[in-house]
Amino acid sequence: MRRRQAALIVRIAVLASLIVLLEMACRLGLVDPLTVIAPSDMVSSMVDQIGSGELNASIAATFSTIVLAFVLAVIGGTAAGALIHRLPRLRDVADPLLASYYSVPTFIFYPLLVALLGLGQAPLVVLGVLSAAPAVVISTLSGFDNVAPVLMKLARVHRLTPARTLAWIVLPAALPHLFTGFKLALSYALIGVIAGEFILSGTGLGYAISFAYQSFDNRTMYGVMLFVLLVAVVANGVLYVWEGRLARRRSRG
Amino acid sequence: MSGLSLGKNQPRLASRRRVRAVDTTVLVLVMLSLWQAIGSWTRGVAVSPPLQTLVYLVGLLQTSMFWDHAVATLQAFLLAFVLSALMGLALGLIFGVRRFAGEVAEPILAGFYTIPKVTLYPVVLLLFGLGMSAKVAFGVMHGLVPMTLFTLGAVRNLSPVLVRTARVLQLSPGRTMRWVLVPACLPDIVNGLRISFSLSLLGVLIGEMFSSQRGLGFLLVNGMAQHNVPLSTAIVTVIVAVAIAANTLMLRVGRRFGRPDA
Repeated sequence: MRRRQAALIVRIAVLASLIVLLEMACRLGLVDPLTVIAPSDMVSSMVDQIGSGELNASIAATFSTIVLAFVLAVIGGTAAGALIHRLPRLRDVADPLLASYYSVPTFIFYPLLVALLGLGQAPLVVLGVLSAAPAVVISTLSGFDNVAPVLMKLARVHRLTPARTLAWIVLPAALPHLFTGFKLALSYALIGVIAGEFILSGTGLGYAISFAYQSFDNRTMYGVMLFVLLVAVVANGVLYVWEGRLARRRSRG
Repeated sequence: MSGLSLGKNQPRLASRRRVRAVDTTVLVLVMLSLWQAIGSWTRGVAVSPPLQTLVYLVGLLQTSMFWDHAVATLQAFLLAFVLSALMGLALGLIFGVRRFAGEVAEPILAGFYTIPKVTLYPVVLLLFGLGMSAKVAFGVMHGLVPMTLFTLGAVRNLSPVLVRTARVLQLSPGRTMRWVLVPACLPDIVNGLRISFSLSLLGVLIGEMFSSQRGLGFLLVNGMAQHNVPLSTAIVTVIVAVAIAANTLMLRVGRRFGRPDA
């Protein structure tokens, strides 16, 4: 435990000194402000933009898209995973497909999706689901595979219907695995949606960054960038801690 | 991943294989007809149907224009992949052997892995300028972390006996790496290479899709902008085929190294 705390302190010190170093390099003119601006300027730009409300529309657009994609991926992915788990023949063909799914850069489908669905929220949601859902399917399968046989026997002894077995036994037992899938799904949906907005879109935070870049507005660009990265880090961090708690509660029994 | 362990008796395994071959064929046919359905439903405005795409692709493969762009992507990608593999391997070994440094670095790397790196692409462009080096740098940003994390995990989970043996034999750090660490971690290293391969490809392609004049990513976006649907569908098909082929190959290689008794 001491060792972990020491690592945490050193980690924070390393990150803090990197930020201080960058700040000093910018203030001393070692770094061209046209390339990177000082971290303190990034923070003040972020605060200004959020305070003035000019980002509100982008924030609403981006997060509603991400949440929609995430929810669809979780529901669809869990359902698909449960179905594939029940049908061994389907599983035999689905396994190699899932194993190589993430080797395909899903993102290259985005231009086709835009052509198919028009520029707007729809192709972004589909892109988010395409990047997130397979992670949920994979973790659902591994969760269902790892349900202890004794629990399944218990369900049979109590003559539970398949629906009740699923709701009362399988899902709770598989929860830690499912949660890992949900965590991945959130970060994949976030990455997919923001990348889509960045490359080809008219709204959202990703678009705000690429628009600021193309109009040489570095201050705005770094402000929005910092905001997006902070949100991503906080969201992933919260889920990471939550996941650890779940796993620990499970191991305590 | 695939449950091959069931095949205790040979005939059952063979029939299972046959069923699987039939099912795979059915699945491929379903996917192709879905592709065809989307193509004809939208009358080729968004996606061109499979057969038409194939014909177009054969023609495209004979133009020098396509190969110019493909070579540009390939160069950037190979450079990015080799750089992330070598640097990731070195970092992973260092962080794996120096436990404390590894404990400090791992959450930072894992955090970096989950952030939307595309938002950082303008910074890469400002630092490296438009062109090849920015694409390569962005590819490395995607590919380096998984390689490092996989190698780190492999070294950390290494049996202590191996490390002690190296110490008893008084191997130098370089030789320990060359003769003990790398061979012992090979399955995980191959896995890391596989993930790193697809992510650095993704990084390079995204780089090309955003303010670039060369490469397959540019060709794809450009095809969309010019309403040249067969072109963009063909590019997507090529990339998907190459990615799946490379991944399957590396999965096979990884499995071979994965069995110590083989």
